[in-house]
Amino acid sequence: MTNLIDDYAPRIAAASEPEALEALRVTLFGKSGLLTEQLKQLGKLPPDERKARGAEINAARDQLQSLILARREALEEARLEARLAAERIDVTMPGRGADPGNLHPVTRTLERITSIFARLGYESADGPEIEDDHHNFEALNFPPHHPARAMHDTFYFTDGRLLRTHTSPVQIRAMRAGKPPFRVIAAGKVYRSDSDQTHSPMFHQMEGLLVDERVSFAELKGTLAEFVRAFFERDFEMRFRPSYFPFTEPSAEVDIRWERPDGSHSWLEVLGCGMVHPNVLAACGIDPERWTGFAFGLGIERFAMLRYGVADLRAFYDNDLRFLRQFA
Amino acid sequence: MKFSENWLRELVAIDATRDALVERLTMAGLEVEAVEPVGAGLESVVIAEILSAEPHPNADRLRVCRVSTGSSKAPLAIVCGAPNAREGLRAPLAQPGARLPNGMTIRVAAVRGVESHGMLCSAAELGLSADASGLLELPTDAPIGLSLAQWLGLPDASLELKLTPNRPDCLGMEGLAAEVATLFDAPRRAIEVPAVAVSSQRMLPIRIDAPEACPRYLGRVIEDVDPSRPTPPWMVERLRRAGIRPISAIVDCTNYVMLELGQPLHAFDLDRIDGGIVVRMAGEGERIVLLDEREVVLDPGFLVIADVSVPLAVAGVMGGYGSRVTDVTRHLFLESAHFGPDAIIGRARKLGLHTDASHRFERGVDPALPERALERLTALLLEIVGGRAGSIARAEHAAALRSRPEIRLRRERLARVLGMSIPDVRVEAILRGLDMRVEPCDDGWSVAPPTRRFDLSIEEDLIEEVARVHGYDAVPTRLPSVGGRIAAPTEARVPDAVLRGVLSTRGYVEAINYAFVPPAWLEAWQLADGAIALANPLSTDLAVMRTALLPGLVDAIRRNLARQQSRVRLFETGRVFRAGPDGPIETQRVALAACGSAAAEQWGIRARPMDWYDLRGDVEHLLALLGAARAGIRFEPASDPWLHPGRSALVLRDDVAIGRVGVLHPRLAARLDLGVDVHVAEFDLEPLVARELPRAAVVSPFPQVRRDLALVVADDVPYAALAAVVRRAAGPVLKDLVLFDEYRGPGLAAGRRSLAIGLILQDDSRTLTDPDVDALVASVIDAVGVEFGATLRA
Repeated sequence: MTNLIDDYAPRIAAASEPEALEALRVTLFGKSGLLTEQLKQLGKLPPDERKARGAEINAARDQLQSLILARREALEEARLEARLAAERIDVTMPGRGADPGNLHPVTRTLERITSIFARLGYESADGPEIEDDHHNFEALNFPPHHPARAMHDTFYFTDGRLLRTHTSPVQIRAMRAGKPPFRVIAAGKVYRSDSDQTHSPMFHQMEGLLVDERVSFAELKGTLAEFVRAFFERDFEMRFRPSYFPFTEPSAEVDIRWERPDGSHSWLEVLGCGMVHPNVLAACGIDPERWTGFAFGLGIERFAMLRYGVADLRAFYDNDLRFLRQFA
Repeated sequence: MKFSENWLRELVAIDATRDALVERLTMAGLEVEAVEPVGAGLESVVIAEILSAEPHPNADRLRVCRVSTGSSKAPLAIVCGAPNAREGLRAPLAQPGARLPNGMTIRVAAVRGVESHGMLCSAAELGLSADASGLLELPTDAPIGLSLAQWLGLPDASLELKLTPNRPDCLGMEGLAAEVATLFDAPRRAIEVPAVAVSSQRMLPIRIDAPEACPRYLGRVIEDVDPSRPTPPWMVERLRRAGIRPISAIVDCTNYVMLELGQPLHAFDLDRIDGGIVVRMAGEGERIVLLDEREVVLDPGFLVIADVSVPLAVAGVMGGYGSRVTDVTRHLFLESAHFGPDAIIGRARKLGLHTDASHRFERGVDPALPERALERLTALLLEIVGGRAGSIARAEHAAALRSRPEIRLRRERLARVLGMSIPDVRVEAILRGLDMRVEPCDDGWSVAPPTRRFDLSIEEDLIEEVARVHGYDAVPTRLPSVGGRIAAPTEARVPDAVLRGVLSTRGYVEAINYAFVPPAWLEAWQLADGAIALANPLSTDLAVMRTALLPGLVDAIRRNLARQQSRVRLFETGRVFRAGPDGPIETQRVALAACGSAAAEQWGIRARPMDWYDLRGDVEHLLALLGAARAGIRFEPASDPWLHPGRSALVLRDDVAIGRVGVLHPRLAARLDLGVDVHVAEFDLEPLVARELPRAAVVSPFPQVRRDLALVVADDVPYAALAAVVRRAAGPVLKDLVLFDEYRGPGLAAGRRSLAIGLILQDDSRTLTDPDVDALVASVIDAVGVEFGATLRA
């Protein structure tokens, strides 16, 4: 037996291919392999020798089997190593395929604002961009020719219709289409005939309206303070400054204290708001004694500029890929 | 409204610093837009008199002046280059040690060999105005030796308020002072206006023919004025700091009283008035030359001040040129009237004007003011230009003067609207401070606002007054209680965000273009039909509402190409506009435009230009959002003039056209100067996103079988038609059909192509056997053979 091991152990170790190893295994353990033959002979031995001889053969078999197994693993390992080495690629090269686009910063801002108000239960409403004087002005308590209209440089059509100057007419449409309470937001394009570095003839606004039985200026302040904090993901010092809109009373503009990197600050106006004017509620068939409400409006571009550091309003409508791609 | 801070402080005694004043005004709704300090750093500037002015021995353009700064002091030698330096002139002298606002420090210094002990100054050098033409000429009675700053009331600041249209009461110093007194709880100094003594018998008759427009008109004659007299410096300074250019003493006085009290006034040359004053509506086509020397044509919408024959002024807007005060005017007729806002609103604008008077009358001027203002103006004029005043002539229609009903303010309503209670004493103090008459009643107060407050007519107006003076900051901050309903998000429509997400994942960058476009674009695209034009466009480039998104989107592509971007993919969602029988029709659209290579430049995909099928692939990603409704979508060749006739498709949903997909017509591309093929698609949004809820069916447990067929057909057989016949022939066992190859060329006759399709077959109730499948394939081949002459590719 020792001879068999001495004879075969080096051969197993020298096998360089799995096929050669398999041939050795068949020579030793095959149907008529050397060890198989030995085992066959075992029955012919006297019983007293049989046991010791059997143990000897089994030990040799175990030893050779484990040598073969170890060698097989080593060979497979080497073969895998070779394959892996051959398959090595440069993983620092870029991937194949798409070059995705992205949303416009105005849309991105609008979706962000809308999602914040959606969490507060506001539903989206909509109205036409070509409006009539009634919805854009009259129902919002702007008397004809009133100087307040001069704050809205208006584009007109020859039939007297106009491009809406704010999203506020949607308030009127939403209130007339339903019954209070209301929690409504309306976002979209608005138009004013003014064009310079800080004015675009078309821009985007979002309007919010809440009408309920117990709503006061305090809830207006709370809503807008929470909104500004949520939008910018930080706390701001804010101030509500009395102002004037024909369709709200009391009215306010909201300023936030904007800190610059150099440590200076300024108050930036970001929202207009107020308690819905009783005349407006009445014009929509809502009893102002029972229902009160607040409304607010904001410029989407303004929020986008502050949030993303856009310096020039006009960049929003130039559609220069080099500008737009920054908002991916 | 721009005004001198010192003037305000003279009318109301406040201790607040300038910053505190600015802050308080802003937080009370009178936003301070600008603060311009005036006359800081003039401590060492005094009033001096030039005793003599001799030529400089070494310089032609300089003079050596002997200057007195007071009888007790020795005259000083001052070298001066100003052209108006002359004997007897009083002018400001900056003494050694002075640091002027322009940064110049004054020292004793030799100028071309002559020692100068200071500098005589122009208004510009002192930072008082832009006038640098010569020395600031002071009146001959200016007190020599007195500090100029003290004499001119300096230092001061010009404050500019951005007043909202509801606060015309703050367009006069008196009204503003009342507001400030309330804000700071400070005493005000009343402007006393005693009636002047009448010393002329002359009166001009006044008749009002339009009492609604002009319920009150007061006038007065002043005889024998001297229009050559100068305006006193204190008045000039106040006007200047209010941003009003001094013109002449008489005009300056009318402007001054307007600033002081808020009442616009006008002075006519009495000798240019024929017979008397008639306040009436203008006749159609009536003409008048205004003070700015422009002739304007009026219509009956304009209120005019006329004499018995011609209009003299457009009421509340501007005086006429013919009756203006000149330097030879001897007798004046002064006007102090109340014009209702409705009679003035929009009229100045219609004439292309915006005047101090129209600004005030449009917003509303206190109807109680005309008499006081007229007395005040008369007193100033008599003092400054002399003359003899006649009695006040008045025409009034009391019935047309707006009567102001009292407003009830309920304690409970105040608390409900603000969300907080304010103590009664505080409410009353605020309202009374704003000159309201306040009578307590059982549930609150009965309030009568002053006549100058046109903006106060309902309870909410008073609530705002209380809140803004009390401070919006004092109102608590809390969130509304949760609403009783949850908005149900519809699933019958693909959300816009999902649609945009698909497009951006496919490589499209979102663009936003103006909704108005140049008419030439729509003409070039032949999409001008039904376009709606603006009546007052900003420019011809922004004149017509777009009827499609693509002209704007393709122009954005053109601009990007010009900026060295070769592969551009843009999309936009927005509305298009067309005239309809019952008014404009607005339709939401989505559009895509792309040019350049199919994939962004990279090493792993061979570069090739994008083609129609790439674009269609992008479109199909959108259509995939429709789920089962996708089955109703069909493409067929399109024939729009802006599209390539062989490479464009109309997309139909349930046989209704919803959009187009194609390559821009080469003729249009050339006209637009594009230089490359541009692939475009535009859809009506709603039919593209309307969908139904998915309905789950049981998935068949039996195995799928696939059979591939290469069918040879004539080139003009559309794949869609072939596929339809295959589907019909195969029946419900056909679960899917894929087109995996198209072949033309060797082995096929010219004009024919082979389309290789894979049939995915599966039965819902049993395993398909080979004979089943063979029979089915045979019937498919048979059907396409009959329908299209299709044969199996050998």
